[in-house]
Amino acid sequence: MERTVAVESRPASGAGEPAIELRSLRRDFGDRTALGGISARVEPGENLAVLGPNGSGKSTLLRILAGLLRPSGGEIAVLGCALPKETHLLRGRIGYLGHAPLLYRDLSPRENLSLAAALHGLDPAASASRIQSLLEGVGMAARGGDRVAELSTGMKQRVDICRAVLHEPELLLLDEPDAHLDTEARALVEPLIGAGSGRTRVVVSHDRESATAGADLVLELR
Amino acid sequence: MSPFSALLRKDLRVELRTLRSLPAMALFAVSAFVIFRFGLDRTTLDGELAAGVLVPTLLFAALLAINRLFVAEQEEGGFDLIRLAPIDRTVLFAAKASALVIYLVALELIAVPIFALFFLNSVSGLLPFALVLLLANIGLAATGTVISTIATMSSARDLLAPLILLPLLIPLVIAAAGAGEHLLAAGGPDYGGFGKWLALLGLYDLVFLLVGYATFDFLLED
Repeated sequence: MERTVAVESRPASGAGEPAIELRSLRRDFGDRTALGGISARVEPGENLAVLGPNGSGKSTLLRILAGLLRPSGGEIAVLGCALPKETHLLRGRIGYLGHAPLLYRDLSPRENLSLAAALHGLDPAASASRIQSLLEGVGMAARGGDRVAELSTGMKQRVDICRAVLHEPELLLLDEPDAHLDTEARALVEPLIGAGSGRTRVVVSHDRESATAGADLVLELR
Repeated sequence: MSPFSALLRKDLRVELRTLRSLPAMALFAVSAFVIFRFGLDRTTLDGELAAGVLVPTLLFAALLAINRLFVAEQEEGGFDLIRLAPIDRTVLFAAKASALVIYLVALELIAVPIFALFFLNSVSGLLPFALVLLLANIGLAATGTVISTIATMSSARDLLAPLILLPLLIPLVIAAAGAGEHLLAAGGPDYGGFGKWLALLGLYDLVFLLVGYATFDFLLED
């Protein structure tokens, strides 16, 4: 089954190196086509909202952009790296927030963030103060020593957002970033992952209103 | 902190906090010794029978840890965390294999003295046998880490790991039991052929460490 895609707001331009460029991107799972013939271009600093109903391939697209999933066809360039061939050059430059948090349940938020900092080669002293400031920023400093398993879903989401931005990524790939957050928590994470964060963002959502707020482009998967 | 140290510390910290693998391994080994004691109706063992009971018991106990080795990575997003980080993925192989060696040494510190208490008249062969066990641990950890990774990617993890792993471990069991037969002999340790078995264990370790190093990156691909 071939899926269709619509890109709104701005036609593709040829000037400068884009942050993301997709040409006829396709991903199949066996006989099923999850993504078919998607083309889009996102300039540095722009915000792309990816919309669509359940099962339309939004999360699959995000995983392909993060280099976590191989495309079945088409051409993809993310931050100047041709995927999947140059995925290794992309590592460490992306802040990825998936459906499920990338956090170890039996470690504390602080331990999880310290592990992420070590994996990204951050200086331990500098990362310790950044971790503290991020946890304070999202209102999680007081729970920073508790096991992640003991936190609510929204609290895990806040810690995972800290993990995604810890290494100051150039590109944010966010899968339903507001899904488990209340109004207060949304305001707390806004400076880190919101449209005003100054980073190129791809935000996946099935909620048109929240995803398109501050979006420069809208990619609609059907 | 290096990514290797961070990943190894994470595994050891989680094991110390949850005690999911080590107590089960130790309990399995002790239960097996009790069963052997009554099943064989012997209060003392030596030579090939002693090695034939001890080495396979440790091996089967190790399977419990091998089966659980990548559960957290699979269920809590650890694989994605590694894939997104700018590190050589073989660091994960090295950290997991090192953690497994530490678990096995801890198991042996508990199980071997109990085995000696149950079955051995003389413990003079245990010190040189510790070297045999150390080499066997390295081979078991290298092979177990590779096979556990493959099994984790499959839906039949619990079945696949022992099915693939046990045949691969036959040379290691032959060498460890062969060395043990002479070291645990009734009249005290006999060093004839000791070097040959150590060399075989060393070669096994080298081959599977290289196999792990060469293949691990591909095993983590989607």
